[in-house]
Amino acid sequence: MRALDDVTKEQIRGDIPVFREGDTVKINVRVVEYKDLKGGKVESRERLQAYEGVVIARHNKGISSSFTVRKISNGVGVERVFPLHSPLLESITVLRRGRVRRAKLYYLRELRGKAARIRERRY
Amino acid sequence: MSGLIARKAGMTQIFDERGSTVAVTVLNVEPCKVIARRTTERDGYDAIQIGHGAAKRQNSRAMQGHYAKQGQEVMGGLREFRVTADAEFELGQELNATMFEAGQKLDVAGTSKGRGFAGVMKRYNFAGGRATHGAEKVHRQMGSTGQCQWPGRVFPGKKMPGHYGAERVTVQNIEVIRIDEEANRILVKGAVPGAKNGLLELRSAVKGA
Repeated sequence: MRALDDVTKEQIRGDIPVFREGDTVKINVRVVEYKDLKGGKVESRERLQAYEGVVIARHNKGISSSFTVRKISNGVGVERVFPLHSPLLESITVLRRGRVRRAKLYYLRELRGKAARIRERRY
Repeated sequence: MSGLIARKAGMTQIFDERGSTVAVTVLNVEPCKVIARRTTERDGYDAIQIGHGAAKRQNSRAMQGHYAKQGQEVMGGLREFRVTADAEFELGQELNATMFEAGQKLDVAGTSKGRGFAGVMKRYNFAGGRATHGAEKVHRQMGSTGQCQWPGRVFPGKKMPGHYGAERVTVQNIEVIRIDEEANRILVKGAVPGAKNGLLELRSAVKGA
C-alpha cells in the first residue's frame, strides 16, 4: 500500500472543504475544449461551468474518492459524479449544510418537490 | 533492448495532464544486475542473465559458484533476456527503471492468479444454462461435448473444466505512464498479470512502436 500512496499523494488535493451528504454545494468545473489542429497541434479553450446541487453520496478511497451531486434541471433529475481530487474542479463551495440520517441519500431519487427537501443543520 | 524484473505493487489511478483519470499499475523494480552473458558462439543465442532481488534462502554450492565466477553476491533469482549480439552490457552492471521511458510500450509477463479447478464458464466463458424456466442442475454445465454414434468420441482439445490460472501470461503493448527514478518504480497503464507482489518480466514491446 505504501507504494500506491506514494504515487498518488502529490495529486491529493488539500484545498477541499469539509462537506458531507445532504449538503448543498456549488462546484466550478473547468471545461476544456480541445481541438486537434493539423500537424499534431492541439488548441485548447478553457471555461468554467457551475454545477449546483445536493451531495447524495460520498465515496472515500484515497485518490479514487468521489462524490455524487444531484439537482433538478428543467424538471429532470440530474446526477453527476465528480472525482474528489480531480484537477478539473476549480472550486467547491458549501452553500448549505443539511441534516440527514443516512450516508447515501438515494431515497431522494423517489421524492419530488416538497418531500425532497432537507432540513438545515444547526450547531 | 533487454528487460527488467519488477514486482506488482497494485493498481490505483492518477490524473493525466488533461485531468482525466488513468488506471495504472504500480511496479516496483527489483534490484537487477547483469550476472552472465550468453553468446552465439558459446551458447547458440545472445542474451543476458539478470539476477534480481535479495537472496532469501540457502543457495546450493553450484549456484554460489555460478555467482562467484562472475564475482557477484548471490541474488534472489535469475532470468534471461534476449539481446542483440552487439548490445553492450557489462557483467555486474546494475539495471533500473530508467532503462525505459514514459510513453514507451512494454510487454509484461508474469504468472496469472491461480483459480484452481475451474468450470467452463469461468475458464472458457461458456454461456452455461438458464437460471430459471425449469432448468435443473444445469446452470453452469458445459452442454454437449459432441455428436452421436459418428464420430462416437469426444474430439481432442474439447474445452472442459480443469485447472485454470497460475500460468505464464504476457500482456503486450502496455504503455509506460511514468518512471520514478528515485523510487525505482514504473507506472504502466492498465492491468498486468498476477497477484500483488508477483514477479513480472518487463520488456520493450515486440510489436508496435
